[in-house]
Amino acid sequence: MRAPLSWIAEYAPLPKGSTAESVMEALVKVGLEEEGVHSFDLSGPIVVGEVIEFADEPQSNGKTIRWCQVRVAPKGKKAADGGDDVRGIVCGASNFEVGDKVVVSLPGAVLPNNFAISARSTYGHISDGMIASGRELGLSDDHDGTLRLQSIGLDPEVGTDAIELLELADTAAEVNVLPDRGYCLSIRGIAREYSHATGSSYKDPITLAPLVAGEGFGLKIADKAPIRGRKTSQSFVLRTATNVDATKPTPTWMRSRLKLAGVRSISLAVDITNYVMLELGQPVHAYDLDKIKGGLVVRRATKGETLKTLDGQVRKLHEEDLLITDDSGAIGLAGVMGGFSTEVSDSTKNILIEAAHFDSVSVARSARRHKLFSEASKRYERGVDPKVGEYAAARVVQLLEQLAGASAGKLGATYTDLTKQLEILLPKGFASALVGVDYSDDEINQVLLEIGAATVKDASGLKVTPPSWRPDLVDKTDLVEEIARILGYDRIPSRLPVAPPGRGLTRAQQFRSGALDALATAGYVEVLSYPFVSAEQNDWFQGAKQAVSLANPIQEEAGQLRLSLIPGLIETAKRNLSRGFTDLALVEQGSVFISVKQTKVSFPDTSSRPSDADIKALNASIPLQPRHLAGIFLGNRVDAQPGQKPVRFGVQDALYAAKLVGQAIGVSFEIKQAEPKGYHPGRSAELLVGNKVVGFVGEIAPAITKLTDLPRTVGVFEIDLDALLAAAPESVVAKPIGTLPALTQDLSLVVSVDVPALELMNTVREGCGELLEDISLTDDYRGSNIAENSKSLTFALRFRAMDRTLTQVEASEARDNAVALASERFKAEIRA
Amino acid sequence: MASSEGISAAEVQSATKSALEQITAASSMADLKKVRAAVSGDSSLLASLSARLGKLPADQKAEAGKLVGSARAQIAEAFEKRESALSLEEEKLQLAGESLDVTALASPARLGARHPLSLLQEKISSVFVGMGWEIAEGPELESEWFNFDALNFDADHPARAMQDTFFVEPLDQKLVLRTHTSPVQVRSMLDREPPIFVLCPGRVFRTDELDATHTPVFHQVEGLAIDKGLSMADLRGTLEHFARIMFGEEAKIRLRPSFFPFTEPSAELDVWHPGAKGGARWVEWGGCGMVNPNVLRASGIDPDIYSGFAFGMGIERTLMFRNEVTDMHDMVEGDIRFSKQFGMVL
Repeated sequence: MRAPLSWIAEYAPLPKGSTAESVMEALVKVGLEEEGVHSFDLSGPIVVGEVIEFADEPQSNGKTIRWCQVRVAPKGKKAADGGDDVRGIVCGASNFEVGDKVVVSLPGAVLPNNFAISARSTYGHISDGMIASGRELGLSDDHDGTLRLQSIGLDPEVGTDAIELLELADTAAEVNVLPDRGYCLSIRGIAREYSHATGSSYKDPITLAPLVAGEGFGLKIADKAPIRGRKTSQSFVLRTATNVDATKPTPTWMRSRLKLAGVRSISLAVDITNYVMLELGQPVHAYDLDKIKGGLVVRRATKGETLKTLDGQVRKLHEEDLLITDDSGAIGLAGVMGGFSTEVSDSTKNILIEAAHFDSVSVARSARRHKLFSEASKRYERGVDPKVGEYAAARVVQLLEQLAGASAGKLGATYTDLTKQLEILLPKGFASALVGVDYSDDEINQVLLEIGAATVKDASGLKVTPPSWRPDLVDKTDLVEEIARILGYDRIPSRLPVAPPGRGLTRAQQFRSGALDALATAGYVEVLSYPFVSAEQNDWFQGAKQAVSLANPIQEEAGQLRLSLIPGLIETAKRNLSRGFTDLALVEQGSVFISVKQTKVSFPDTSSRPSDADIKALNASIPLQPRHLAGIFLGNRVDAQPGQKPVRFGVQDALYAAKLVGQAIGVSFEIKQAEPKGYHPGRSAELLVGNKVVGFVGEIAPAITKLTDLPRTVGVFEIDLDALLAAAPESVVAKPIGTLPALTQDLSLVVSVDVPALELMNTVREGCGELLEDISLTDDYRGSNIAENSKSLTFALRFRAMDRTLTQVEASEARDNAVALASERFKAEIRA
Repeated sequence: MASSEGISAAEVQSATKSALEQITAASSMADLKKVRAAVSGDSSLLASLSARLGKLPADQKAEAGKLVGSARAQIAEAFEKRESALSLEEEKLQLAGESLDVTALASPARLGARHPLSLLQEKISSVFVGMGWEIAEGPELESEWFNFDALNFDADHPARAMQDTFFVEPLDQKLVLRTHTSPVQVRSMLDREPPIFVLCPGRVFRTDELDATHTPVFHQVEGLAIDKGLSMADLRGTLEHFARIMFGEEAKIRLRPSFFPFTEPSAELDVWHPGAKGGARWVEWGGCGMVNPNVLRASGIDPDIYSGFAFGMGIERTLMFRNEVTDMHDMVEGDIRFSKQFGMVL
């Protein structure tokens, strides 16, 4: 809401020297956030001049200019810039006559957009100033030539300061009005809030015009389908004005205020309705009375009905749209926009004024449906005072009388069906307890009276009836906010509450941050990608059928939620590659989204706790969102450096990273060679805990790296953290540490190349029995001395007993048992 | 035969002199080892003197023994000195040979980094865990009931009309990408008995296009406290403590009246940021207020017995003004340079 200061000051006096900034500083204390300052952005000397004579001078470029002599100060007096009283000025416009009073910007003046005026040589003359148009002064948007002051009903003395005359010195404070404060979309509301913020006096502008009567005009509220059972209209006031001279100009004071408020001047009648809307917050519509056929009926639209609105568009109506109709059909979309057929024009003689209240939900839905967010709909949506209509209509009549030579008509209608204002009990001490400030009963009562509420004291507290313009006040806590904000949030003291002893982070939370810390410590970089991917991307690693699709994605090509983190990591890797970073180890943690069976969803009532069954049903309707952790590895792990050859990233890095994640929750994965979707079929594996697959590790399938312009070899892993956590042991069970001497032996076994090393190693471990403390694979040899399709795997074995020093005989015996088992399972032979 | 003769002082002196000369001349440990063999080995002069000593008549034994013993001691001492000198020299040489340019060492691995948005969430969490609060979580794809209904959003609230909310197919499932972390408030209240003190950091979604100050996917942190007798003073105290830890001892907070469907009274929250770029100033930080009784009722908490406060702020915004990040793109694009400048801390 943009509020001109001169307008606020009429109802809440501003201290001398007030600026838009100082007014906003006051308003922010009561909850109206500052948005900006608006002004005409010009400075003098700008004065009233009189054209004494002129000569039309055709130019070689086809234009005709006027060389004018303009009196800018009374005869014999100095002009405002200290210069002569008559000036020679070149003018491009030709819509004026000798004797016309015009606005002259003298040298030294600055017009909007930093347009500085000086005496300058042009078209063979020295033009000693400028004759201004309304547009150049920022008063209008029209290219209507020179502003002739008589055209707006002014005949001031030559030399008069035009900035004051045209009210161009005013500024407006713009504040953001929150959705619960619809009444602040008016000078009436802003001035009231200003008085709350500063303690200045306040005069309600509804008292500006005497109420006028009006009877006999047909009016029927015939809504057969109120939305959500809400009352269609609490009041509907129709008044008439006759013998309107619609061609009269809008006075400058009104133009100036409308302009500062951000409303375009259209015609006197429309400007008056807009002016009253800004003043009182009541949207007012003016119909050409003579174009209306019969009386008005307010009803919902019928199927297929259309309406040509003021903006000339024909709109297909919805059965929920509320209409103003006459015998000819729809003539207005209630609370949103008037109809084309009954619009006021220059030839309008008689005007029908509508100041109605409409249900906020009904107007909001229509505005959204037709994407018509008008000044009216904005106010209705936030709630209009149902009692202000009569005053607004009277004010429009008054202004039409004063400015358009009209008379109040006898015709009119008044419909009222006010919802009874509820009475709220504010228990004694409640406000103080909720805010933490010791308010006195008197303070509380005073604030409530100031906001326009009626109060009755009673043993248990205050019975409060909120004012008609505050539909947002429905609960005692709403009253507490009024008390707290008007007496000042800065009065609230500071006190640190004591929470009960806490449990710290959960195991899952510690695990997730611990895993990422471990990965970052190991040299990997955590990134965060958007979860939006295409169906194709989802299909790379999962079946896209289980994906969740957005109804309104920002980009159609990223219309699904991710099933895997890898497509996002690929995108991020590509972005880094395009910026010249070729060596990348990126890790990301986040949710993936897996659809669930659709259920019939019915929402529980919110007036009490939903039943356990209801909560269960709600949760069952929500797709699964396991948290994943994934990584992608490409380029060099180690760069070429002095004494160091480069080392490439590969599947081994992915596996190492996965092991770090496992270690963060005390799990050592089993690794099983596999062919997961989207992975290289020969270089990938499943990660298992118990017998449950909790993740994958490998290289990205070359078909995908090719498609995405990545290098062929890209290591990758993805782990379902939730599944891993569920499978992990609750805590580590410590084994005793043996301190007696160990024995080491090497064992080389020849097996078929198909035998996975890990399986052979596990077999050796099993065969050696409990004396084996540790085993590791030290070599994989293929070639001479080894049969075709065979390999020699060498293991380093370390034996130790807890209770005695082992002998070589015992160790060899254990090793022989292992060889026997390996030979039985894999036809393994000791390498000769 | 010389061996049966007496042992003269000159003879011993000469043998000693020769031994000492050889020891001094040894230029390496290996040399010294050879000298040791020559000077004190079985075939050495000294050894033969010792052998003769045994055969001397008793009356000469004492004097000759003294002479030989003293020579032995002299030689042993010389060996010891020379050995330690040579070993020092050799160690020096070895060190010189082992020296490396440590400014040009090969790095065996890269340095990694956490994402600052994650670090900031963890940092904030640790502040509240330190006060005994719990960290609560909820799904990002959420039922409208939790995201809107239970939070006192009217059925016709603009946020519910695809203005800035992501909806998913099919619409009758009434699922949205949560527009704020506030649904976790409701879940926390349904899951727990008061007193409840929880903090909910997490990802949220709005249909804004990515630009320098907006992103469709961002993070918030939400705090909720429910207990008997909580007031706006407790809210202010909590926020002040939080602000001081985040922005330094001089930080303070300011509340301005505002509106949110799920709090009443409601406030905008500004923080006095002593370290702000260009000088200390007030910065808009988030929203807060006392939990609306309708929200308490929907969550099964009796507003006549309990009251509570809630607050929320944007993680991206906090990072922007706390660490002088100027462009939202940097936080969402995953450029490794962005995370790496933070490393493991903020």
